[in-house]
Amino acid sequence: MTKELDLSALKAKSRKIRKEIVSMVYHANSGHLGGSLGATDIVVALYYHIMNHDADNPQWAQRDRFILSKGHCTPVIYAVLADCSYFPTEDLKTFRRPGSHLQGHPFQPKTPGIEASTGTLGLGISTGVGMALAAKVRKENHYYYILCGDGEIQEGQVWEAAMFANKYKLDNVIAFVDRNYLQTDGNSEVVMPLNPLKPKWESFGWHVLEIDGNDFTQVISAVEEAKKMKGKPSMIIARTVKGKGVSFMENEASWHGTPPKKEEYERAIKELNDGV
Amino acid sequence: MEYKQTRMGYVHGLLELARSIPELVVLDADVAKATKTAEFEAVYPERFFNCGVQEQNMLSVAAGLALEGFLPFASTFGVFATCRAGDQMRNSVAYPKLNVKIGATHCGISTGGDGASHQSIEDIAIARSFPNMTVLVPGDYEEAKQCTIAAAKFKGPVYLRFGRDAYPVVEELHGKFEIGKAKFLKGGNELTIITTGIMACEGLIAAETLAKEGCDARVIHMPTVKPIDRQAIVSAACETRRIITVEEHSIIGGLGEAVAGVTAEVCPCYVLRVGVKDVFGESGESNELLNKYGLRAANIVNAARQLLRMSI
Ligand SMILES: Cc1ncc(C[n+]2csc(CCOP(=O)(O)OP(=O)(O)O)c2C)c(N)n1
Ligand SMILES: [Mg+2]
Repeated sequence: MTKELDLSALKAKSRKIRKEIVSMVYHANSGHLGGSLGATDIVVALYYHIMNHDADNPQWAQRDRFILSKGHCTPVIYAVLADCSYFPTEDLKTFRRPGSHLQGHPFQPKTPGIEASTGTLGLGISTGVGMALAAKVRKENHYYYILCGDGEIQEGQVWEAAMFANKYKLDNVIAFVDRNYLQTDGNSEVVMPLNPLKPKWESFGWHVLEIDGNDFTQVISAVEEAKKMKGKPSMIIARTVKGKGVSFMENEASWHGTPPKKEEYERAIKELNDGV
Repeated sequence: MEYKQTRMGYVHGLLELARSIPELVVLDADVAKATKTAEFEAVYPERFFNCGVQEQNMLSVAAGLALEGFLPFASTFGVFATCRAGDQMRNSVAYPKLNVKIGATHCGISTGGDGASHQSIEDIAIARSFPNMTVLVPGDYEEAKQCTIAAAKFKGPVYLRFGRDAYPVVEELHGKFEIGKAKFLKGGNELTIITTGIMACEGLIAAETLAKEGCDARVIHMPTVKPIDRQAIVSAACETRRIITVEEHSIIGGLGEAVAGVTAEVCPCYVLRVGVKDVFGESGESNELLNKYGLRAANIVNAARQLLRMSI
C-alpha cells in the first residue's frame, strides 16, 4: 500500500500529538516528556503513513506491529492510539491513575493497540524479535517496527536480540534507535559511550541506516529502503532532539522524567500552538 | 509529621561513611538522579561509577571490585537489582559471599506512577532466599542511614531496601540499630504486630486504635528481615499467641513467611499477613496505592479484630 505523502498533514499531526503528550504528563503530574516528544515524528510517520493497521480491528492478523521497547515513553503511543481511535481520547485523562488501562508503562493485556508489555529496558526488542520469528515461521508478510532508546541499547539483552535476529534473518524487523544522546543521568557518550554505533549493529549482521528522526521524509524513505533489504533485520539510527517542539525542554536531560509545573505547561502548549 | 525519603538516608549514610572508609565506592545504572547517588558523585566523582543501563554488568563488576578489596555499593531500583540482575546477585555476589552492598530504591508499591513493572513487591523474597544474603528494610530516613552504615561495617553481601516517596519520620525507630535485632516499639500482651520497612508507622497507629478498643497490642519492628530475630518472634508467639505481620511487599516470601516459618517450628500460633495479596500493582499516587492495596493501619486493625475472634 503506497500512500500519498502529505507532509503538512503529518506536521500538524505531530503538533497535535505533542500537545496531548504535554497535557497527559501535566495532568498525571508524572511521566516521561523528553523521550516522548523526541520520538513523536517517528511514531507519527509510522501510524499515519507507513504502517498498515486498523483501529476497528486491532487484532487483524496482517497488521504491521509497533513495539515501544523504550517503554517509559507511553505518552506518545497513547496519544497516537487515541487519535487513531483505538480508544476514546477521554481516556488520556486517566493516564497513570488507579484503575486506568493507560498504565505508566505499556501493558498489552489492557490497552487496545499495545502489542507488547515493556517497561524494563531491553524487553521490547526481544519480544518484537520473537513475534517476528512467529511471522517468519507462518510465512506472513507484515512488519515489526521496534523503537529503542539509545540508553536502552546499553542493556546486554538488546545485543542478545540483535544476534538472534541476525541468525534467523528476520528481515521483517525494522527497528529504530532513538539517538537523542540523552538518558536519565545525562549525555549517553558520558554515561556509557555507544559510538561508533553504526559499525556495532553492522557487525551484528544488521542493515543499518542513519537519518534525522525528526524529518518525516527521511524516516519514510529509510523504512522504504529497509523493506528492500532481504535476509537481514534493519536498524535505523534516528538522530532526534529529546524534548523536541518545546524550546526549554529540547536537549535537556532534566526533562527526562519530570512533569511540568503550571507555568511550564502553559508555556509549552503556547509554543506548540504557535508552532515555534 | 515530618516526611523524608529513605533513599536520601541511603545517600547521606554513604557520604558519612566515605570520609572514613577510603575503599568505599558507589556504582549506579543510569538512575543516579533517582537513587540519589548523584549526590555522592557530586562530592566523590572519582569514587563513583555509572554503568549506564546495565544492571547485570553492574552487579558482577561490583563483585570484581570487592574481590580486589573495594567496598562497592551498587545502586538501582529494587525490581532491576533482584529480577533483571538476579543471577548476578546470586552467583557473582551471594554464592562467593563477596562484600558487595546492593542499594535498592523505588521498592514497594509506593513507587507510584510508573506502575507494576517498576513496583518491586517480590524483592525481599528473592534476596532472602539466597544463602549468605543479609536483607535490611529500614522504616524511615534515619533508620535508612543506620542500615547503610551498619551494612558497610558488616562483612558480606547485604541487600538494602529503600523507597521512592517521602515517608513519615518515626521517632520510635531511632534507637540503636543492630543487624539481626528487632526493635521493640510498644509493649502489649494480647497480640503482636510485626512490621518491616515503612509499615512501622502504620503498625504504631493501628496499635493506638486497638488500645482504644481495649486491645493491648505489642509492636515489634524488624528492619532486618534476614537473619530474622528468632528470639523476638518466639517471645511474641509464646506470650501473645497472635501475630500480624505487615510489609509493603507481597505476602509471598517476605517478612510474613519468615515469621511464620519460625513460629511454625517453635511455637505454633496464628500469623496473619498484611501485605500485597499476590497481585501486581498499578499506576497511581503512592498514598492511593497504599490504601487500595490494603497497606494501612486500618487493614492491620481489621486483621487484629479477625484474629481476636479466632479461638486460641
Ligand atoms: C532495565 C531498566 N533499567 C533502568 C530503567 C529506568 N530507566 C527508565 S528510562 C531510562 C533511560 C532511558 O534512556 P533512553 O533509552 O535513551 O530513552 P530516551 O532518551 O529516549 O527517553 C532508565 C534508565 C528501566 N526502565 N529499565
Ligand atoms: Mg536517549
